[in-house]
Amino acid sequence: MCLAVPAKITRIDGSGQGTASYMGSEVQVNLVLVPQARLGDWVIIHAGFAISVMNAKEARETLRLFKELAGTSRP
Amino acid sequence: MTKVSLELGSGGRLMRDFIAGHIVPAFGDPLLGELGDAVHLPGGIAFTTDSYVVDPLFFPGGDIGRLAVNGTVNDLVVSGAEPRFLSLAFILEEGLESEVLDRVIRSIRAAAKAAGVRVVTGDTKVVRRGQGDKIFINTAGVGRSIARPRPAKIRRGDKVILTGTLGDHSLAVILARGEFGLKSNVRSDCAPLLFLLPLWTKGALWMRDVTRGGLATVLFELAERLPYPVLIEEDSIPLSRPVRAASELLGIDPLYMACEGKAVVVAPAAKAGDFLKRLRAHPLGRKAAVIGEVQDKIGRPGELLLRTGVGGLRLLEPLTSELLPRIC
Amino acid sequence: MKELRDPTALRKLLEDIGGKVRKTGRKPRLMEVCGTHTMALFKSGLTPLLAEAGVEMVSGPGCPVCITPNGIHETAIAILTGTEGATLAAFGDMTRVPTRKGSLQTAVPARGSRLRIVYSPEEALEEARREPARPVVFFGAGFETTIPAIAYTVKQAAAEGLGNFSVLPALWLVPPALRAVLEAGEVAVDGFVYPGHVSAVIGTEPYEFVARDFGVPGAVAGFEPGDILLAVRSVLEQMLEGKPGVALEYSRAIGREGNPVARALMAEILEPYDACWRGLGTIPESGLRFRKAFQGFDAAPRFGIEEDMSDRDLAGCRCGDVLRGAIRPEGCPLFGKKCLPDSPLGPCMVSYEGSCLIHYKYGPVRRARS
Repeated sequence: MCLAVPAKITRIDGSGQGTASYMGSEVQVNLVLVPQARLGDWVIIHAGFAISVMNAKEARETLRLFKELAGTSRP
Repeated sequence: MTKVSLELGSGGRLMRDFIAGHIVPAFGDPLLGELGDAVHLPGGIAFTTDSYVVDPLFFPGGDIGRLAVNGTVNDLVVSGAEPRFLSLAFILEEGLESEVLDRVIRSIRAAAKAAGVRVVTGDTKVVRRGQGDKIFINTAGVGRSIARPRPAKIRRGDKVILTGTLGDHSLAVILARGEFGLKSNVRSDCAPLLFLLPLWTKGALWMRDVTRGGLATVLFELAERLPYPVLIEEDSIPLSRPVRAASELLGIDPLYMACEGKAVVVAPAAKAGDFLKRLRAHPLGRKAAVIGEVQDKIGRPGELLLRTGVGGLRLLEPLTSELLPRIC
Repeated sequence: MKELRDPTALRKLLEDIGGKVRKTGRKPRLMEVCGTHTMALFKSGLTPLLAEAGVEMVSGPGCPVCITPNGIHETAIAILTGTEGATLAAFGDMTRVPTRKGSLQTAVPARGSRLRIVYSPEEALEEARREPARPVVFFGAGFETTIPAIAYTVKQAAAEGLGNFSVLPALWLVPPALRAVLEAGEVAVDGFVYPGHVSAVIGTEPYEFVARDFGVPGAVAGFEPGDILLAVRSVLEQMLEGKPGVALEYSRAIGREGNPVARALMAEILEPYDACWRGLGTIPESGLRFRKAFQGFDAAPRFGIEEDMSDRDLAGCRCGDVLRGAIRPEGCPLFGKKCLPDSPLGPCMVSYEGSCLIHYKYGPVRRARS
């Protein structure tokens, strides 16, 4: 039910449509559900619609957690 | 099965079972029963045929004409034969613009030249508008036998090599249909695999080109005939960025996506390093990688296993039905 | 975020989970609600690793293709085969569900009609705009993740006066289904892994009744292996502390409040009703249908089709039991024998999120005895 990916908004046009970049590929995205989204924001895209704007601070925190988990390993 | 469904042509299990269970028994011919990509005939000749149906006709990196040449050339190469001659048969739909047809013909000529084969015989038929999808092409290929695949000689420790990235052709065609609002710079990998031929005389044991059904289907065909399990490392499988992106966005699994210029080569353990070097020296083999091996520590004989990036294990099955993008 | 797939990190989390399991003194059974979680677990090979750590994962009714009763699928087929010059657009795996009338894939469309697989409901809307004389029907199935997108297309169609566009809805809500599973008491569940992207829309508040009224802990999870393990760990921690709640383990992507804009759009176009789910029967307020003002866009009445909501599963199909968690796929006598991915007898073997397909394709690996 939930296939969605994080992508970065690269273009916003007036009608609520935009383009987002995911791993170098460009996907059309409807931004009407996230009016607060700005150029450069990362959003979660599902079925061509952005349903959520990502939280950069929380993302960094999660990354840090996992880097730590990955780093402290037994030889 | 009472009616032919589209799935029958998808390259998956349904098709294989149909051929093995329906068509082969009808003829009772041992050569047909081998079900190789090409067959070696008495007199040192190898023979194959394939038909080409693709929508759209033109896509980044190729077109139906180029496919029709390279697909058949590659069936010969991976069966141990040097491609020499092609037949070319068209079934054209009434109303097709001659400009389109000419473009396809020019493409066939260029591809044949690049693959070192001569188009020496052919046929043309025309069907009423609506009874054919613009162009259908059949090519039969004849080549010189230079080696025979020897799956019976495959042993523990022998390596599975993939000559390059997966799924580029499949994605290029899907996106060329203009669907899904996705744009990328992916190009079909449609190309002749002639650079694999020298590996036959260097001891290659088995090869298959990775077409419809994808890598998983091809490897399954290998694994099921071996007395050992085959273990593939997910992380070692080369994938281009566009394919990686699209597979996550659209939910299509690259292991089942078709290529038109990639092959799996089984190398004897001692030769794998050398094979890899040779492949990588060629522009079409730069991303070649050892993706797995024949072993007996994990799994049961005849099984195809994937060790996932996170260290889990799973069994790989061949493609069973049309790949459909999912949202769930 | 490849760090969330790092084997060392995951191993540490699994060890942590194993330690916590031992402290609980039992073998916890957690239900992951969302089919995409089931997929992610199996595809990454995490399910056996979790089992080794002592956690049993059981799948809930989180596959919209699976829980949509055959009556609705048959309605879609009736539209495609009975209406000339029309397009029926649908998400991929909806089209392979077998009914007594075949599937959308095997149905022969009426003259000039066609089936079209789409990734987004907007593609159907686009076609309706491009060809105003052509009836375009979008067969829209989904949970709260997808419902706002579908609601949007109807709102747009109304605003633009696209009289040729309609939607055949199969819209399901997660929290009522959870309530039904808990109240049925058929499957003893120690904790829930909640669907991250549904939660992007509804937030975390709708799950609070699970902790409050049933004492069952849960955590909202993302879809990387690391995300799922964080959620499992969080559930175990709640178990050990005796403090069931709704933890949020996907805060990089969603907030506790969810998406109010999406919810407002849903409320504008749709209203809840007592929907009938395959396997779970009728659940109060568990589905969404068009409000009066938008009923003109409902496809079934527009094409004069009376939807048959009786049990129209194929004979012997036990998808309903699988969806309730009452049996595992392997418990169905047809599984792997008559019911196979290329000859499915029920949606659970069709949908990429169907338990049966997942168990069949990604099933447990037998290890050779060394």
